[in-house]
Order: sequence, then structure tokens, then C-alpha cells
Amino acid sequence: MSTPILRVRDLQKYFPVTKGTFVKKQVGNVRAVDGLSFDVMPGETLGLVGESGCGKSTAGRSMLRLLEPTAGSVEFDGRDLLAMGKRELVRTRREMQMIFQDPYSSLNPRHTVGSIIGAPFEVQGVKPEGSVREAVQSLMERVGLNPEHYNRYPNEFSGGQRQRIGIARAIALKPKLIVCDEPVSALDVSIQAQVLNLLDDIQKEFGIAYVFVAHDLSVVRHISDRVAVMYLGKIMELTTRDQLYTAPLHPYTHALLSAVPIADPDRERARERIILNGDLPSPSNPPSGCVFNTRCWKATDRCRTEVPLLREISTGHQIACHFPEDKSAQGQSTVSGADFTSH
Amino acid sequence: MSDVVLSVKNLSVEFATEDGSVHAVDNVSYEVKRGKTLAIVGESGSGKSVSSLAVMGLIKSSNATISGEVHFGGQELVGIDPEEVRKLRGLKMAMIFQDPLSALHPFYTIGEQLIEAIQVHEKVSNSEAAQRVKIMLDRVGIASAEQRMDEYPHQLSGGMRQRVMIAMALINSPELLIADEPTTALDVTVQAQILELLRDLQKEFGTAIVLITHDLGVVADMADDVMVMYGGQAVEQSPVRELFYTPQMPYTWGLLASIPQMHTDSLKLDPIPGTPPSLINLPAGCVFAPRCAHRNSVPDGLCLTTRPELTTVSSEHAARCHLSVEQRSEIRISRNIGKVD
Repeated sequence: MSTPILRVRDLQKYFPVTKGTFVKKQVGNVRAVDGLSFDVMPGETLGLVGESGCGKSTAGRSMLRLLEPTAGSVEFDGRDLLAMGKRELVRTRREMQMIFQDPYSSLNPRHTVGSIIGAPFEVQGVKPEGSVREAVQSLMERVGLNPEHYNRYPNEFSGGQRQRIGIARAIALKPKLIVCDEPVSALDVSIQAQVLNLLDDIQKEFGIAYVFVAHDLSVVRHISDRVAVMYLGKIMELTTRDQLYTAPLHPYTHALLSAVPIADPDRERARERIILNGDLPSPSNPPSGCVFNTRCWKATDRCRTEVPLLREISTGHQIACHFPEDKSAQGQSTVSGADFTSH
Repeated sequence: MSDVVLSVKNLSVEFATEDGSVHAVDNVSYEVKRGKTLAIVGESGSGKSVSSLAVMGLIKSSNATISGEVHFGGQELVGIDPEEVRKLRGLKMAMIFQDPLSALHPFYTIGEQLIEAIQVHEKVSNSEAAQRVKIMLDRVGIASAEQRMDEYPHQLSGGMRQRVMIAMALINSPELLIADEPTTALDVTVQAQILELLRDLQKEFGTAIVLITHDLGVVADMADDVMVMYGGQAVEQSPVRELFYTPQMPYTWGLLASIPQMHTDSLKLDPIPGTPPSLINLPAGCVFAPRCAHRNSVPDGLCLTTRPELTTVSSEHAARCHLSVEQRSEIRISRNIGKVD
């Protein structure tokens, strides 16, 4: 594991806010993604987690250049993605794919499943061994669909099966990287587990790297090797899964983890939790200093003025905070002002 | 037992469609006590929402047939004049929904909608109603309540809107609150706020809550009793600890084994194979049998031919399953489900 498959530096994606009906004047920016830097190694899964509006989906799309980034650099397999011309970009897309959240709107209802899964071969002009049809049917079999359903339309499949169609399409050309944008959040739990296991198996089989964008912290824990926690367009903390879930150092991570209810009544009712006050601030008008300062119980004047940079505080553990949590006092109420409750 | 706020007996809801009759809810019985929370758990299409809509008298379609008994506040609600049920709704029983934006009227201010909720049931002056609304909005944690009353639903965040919905539901201190996936559309940090609020308000007002959810974490957090629904039926009913620690029904096992856990490393999830049944074409035997890994442990293929009754395991714990109690605990231990002592 030497060179990263994806190297993202200072990635920014701003959406202009305009005013006026006929003459549009730009009055500001929604800073959806505001300076992300991270690496993804071949075959690993990086979880990108955060609440709605934190910019995780925009980040996922910008790093594949499905959205044109405002600034920053993205290197895919050593090649500068942002400097590529259209033709080269299309050719590179062969190796990087995406799986979408909504299995209903991401499949064309007028195309058969066979032509949906076969589309990558056609678009990229790749001739699979044997016929396209054979290749598609073996893909269908691989993701747990009945190959005889080749000529059916998406509406004849359930949500979980449609997500399998999306996965088959994504792995058709054996990519090196797949960005999975909330791939299981539209599914019922029993189906969700089926799809997560499938993603796991496929990764092991083909050595694909995943960027797994999701809001569900337990799903992210299950699937990721490393996790980046986002808040208002920025990475708050990035580290290995085990570190993040057992000893989070950023107050936001700590609060986020403590907000997830555990499916175990005794444990759930005994544990201490941090209830954050208020809502996510607007990304068009983010707070000055640390973006989390308006909801952080540790915030001081320094946090309101000085932006904390993402820095490495131990090997492989990056955090953007002036006052990281004390590892030894994890779970203790060393803080005042926040609602620590247990019942 | 004056403690029982709502008692549902053999409730069934059927919808006649062109393709045949949809058995959305099939013979469901439960009770909710004052100050307690019953969680109804199930996946999409399990009948969990429809059963509650039926209790609230909110199923209006002409093709629906509702049978069974719903006792609430000394009254039988099935079959009575809809106008009588309407008088109870919002006063003695209230409901909050998953999506607060579509449950609030976009053209009226928050204040107007909440004041109306009072005045529909009670003759009070505008200023007195407004005063009560302000107190309630304060109570549900909406800052600068007076200002918010002049705002429209779209001006509030999702969490705020859900607080407004809760305020509206509780403004007449109802005895029963039905919360249908109240936090599913919210972020976890906001979900934690809302659940905390519901818990506090329940303590304060003694409201009985029926909480409909698919999230077993929320169940573990909030419920006193749990009813697991599958294919329109109650397949397991029990107090919350027993449901998590000694579950009796293979479907419940499947659910528990399917969820990735926050506090343990689950290397491989153990999903339930297949998909939920169509409510038009329910299997003849156990509704879960086609997906059940243990159906061959029961002799004579009973699971595929005979629908199991809801049988009790202990005084408060019942499940629909042909497996013997001994078989169930053996399987639970071998699959490492629940708490094995």
C-alpha cells in the first residue's frame, strides 16, 4: 500500500447565491465543500460521515468531477483529474464509478436491466470476453440477481434489488474506486444488511477502494477502514475506524457518536450522552473561526476567531480543533455547559 | 385497570383493490398504559403505520374495511360516527408524523396553526390561546417563541418543525400520542434532542405514547413494550428488555442480526434472505416462513401450511412461531442473539 489511488487536496466546491430575476447578481456563496484534504489507498474504505448539509455528497461528486470543483486538486491514480480534457476524463471514469442513494431515480425506467448494466461497456467501447450479454448476466449473478431477468425493467424490482443493479453497473468495468453515496439508507434493515455484505464481498474480490458517504454512523463503522467526520464543508476529524469510535478527540465527533442510540436497552439507558443545542448553521453564512463553535460546549474566544487547521496529532489521526478532548478523560464530564444526560 | 389508555383488540384493516384484497393489518391486539411507551417495529409494508391510522380514525378510503375493537377513554372507536372521533383527535389523542413539512400548512403561520389547534376544541379568546401557544413553544425548546409564532413552516429547520408538531400534538394535553417515525427524517444530533424532549414531556404530562419506528436503537432507548410487526401481523410482543435479550421469533432474530452495532465489531452481518411478502398474496402458513432459516426444524412442514397462533412465553411475552421454546433458546444460543446467560 504505497501510493494512494485518490489524493484530494484543499478541495472546494462553492455554489453561487444569486439575487434578482432578470439580472442575476451574485450575492454570496454556499460553501458546500470548503477545503478537504485526504488520501484513499487502493482497496480501502474511507467513510465520509456527517449530518445533512455538511457537504459529504457534494464532496463525493466533486472528487469524481461529476461536479466541477471550485478549487483544489484531485489526483486519481497519480493523474491530475482536474487538468484532464473531456476525452481523457471519460476514459478515466472507467476506473472510478459511483453508486447512488436512490435506487428509484438513478435507473432509467425505460431501459431494461440488461441495457442499464451493459451501458458502461457501450459508453467506454469496451469489448468484454464473450458477448456483452454474457458479461451482464455474469454480473447479475455476481450481485445476486437472477440472470434470466435480463429483459425486465427497473420497476419490476424491489429497492434492494435495484441497488444491486446499481452495484452491478458500477463494477462492470472493474473500477479501482467507487464512491458510494448513501447506498443503503433507502433500504429496510434486513435488506440493508444484504447490500452491505455484497459491497464487502465485492471489495475483497476485486480490490476496489470505496469512498463511503453516509449519515448512519453504525453503517459507516461496519464498512470503513478509516473515517472522516465532516461538519459544514470541512473535515473535523479523520482517523482509523477503531480510534474514531473508541476515542474520538473532536468534540463534534464525540457528540455525534453519543447521539446514536444503541440497540441494547440496558446499555442504551445507562450511557451518558451529549445533547447538542441548536441546529447546523447555514453553509452560506458559516460562523467565523471554528465552524462548530456555535454548538460546542468548549468554545472560547479563540474558537470564534481563529480557524483550527486539520493537523495530525498522532500517527494517522487528524483533527481540526483547538481544544481536543482529553483521551484519558474520555466519557467523563470534564466539560460544563453542555447537556450531559443519562436516565 | 384504569391505567390502560388505549386497548386494541383483533384489529384488522383490509383494502379492496383490483388485484385482490390487501390485508394491511391482520388481527392485531395491544394495550398502552398511561405514561408508558409502546414501540411498534417493522419494515416498510409491515402494517405498522396503517394500524395506528386506523386507531386515529384516519383511514378514510371507501375501499377499506376496518374490524375489531379500539377502546379509548371509555369509548369504542370502531364503527362510531367519524365526527365523534374527530372531536377526540387533537384533544385526547394526537399524532405526529415523519415529515413535519408536509404535516404543517404552508400558508398559515406557526402561531395561527397552533391557536387553531386549541380553538377547535375549546372556546378561548385569541389572546389567551396565543399565551398558551407561547408557553408550549417555550416548553418544546423553541427559542424566541413569540417571534417564531409569526413565521411560516418553511422558515424553520427540520428539527424546529418537528418541535412545532410536538407542541401542536401536546397543546391540549392528550392522553395518547401516536408518533409515526418522528425522528426518521432528522439528523442524529437533532434526533437525540427530540427523543429527549418526548421523554421529558411524557414524564411531565403522563402521556401514553405509541412510537412507530424501524430503528431498533430508538426502540431500545424509548420503549417500555414492543410489538414487532411483519406482513400485517404482530409476530412478537414483549417488554423491551425481553425483546432484545430473549427474543422468541426468527424474524426478530433476523432484525437484530442485521443491524451493524455501534459498540461491537460485527465482522459480517447476518441478513434475512429474500424480501417481505406481498400483502395481497400472504403465504398460507407462517408469514415469515419463506424467509425463515429454521422452518425445517419444525416437523411436517407445519410452517408452510399452518399459520402459528400468538402464543405466550411468559405473562407479557408472546410470539407467533411453531418452534418449541427449547428449540428457540438453542437457536438463540447457537446464533449468539440476545443475551445468553
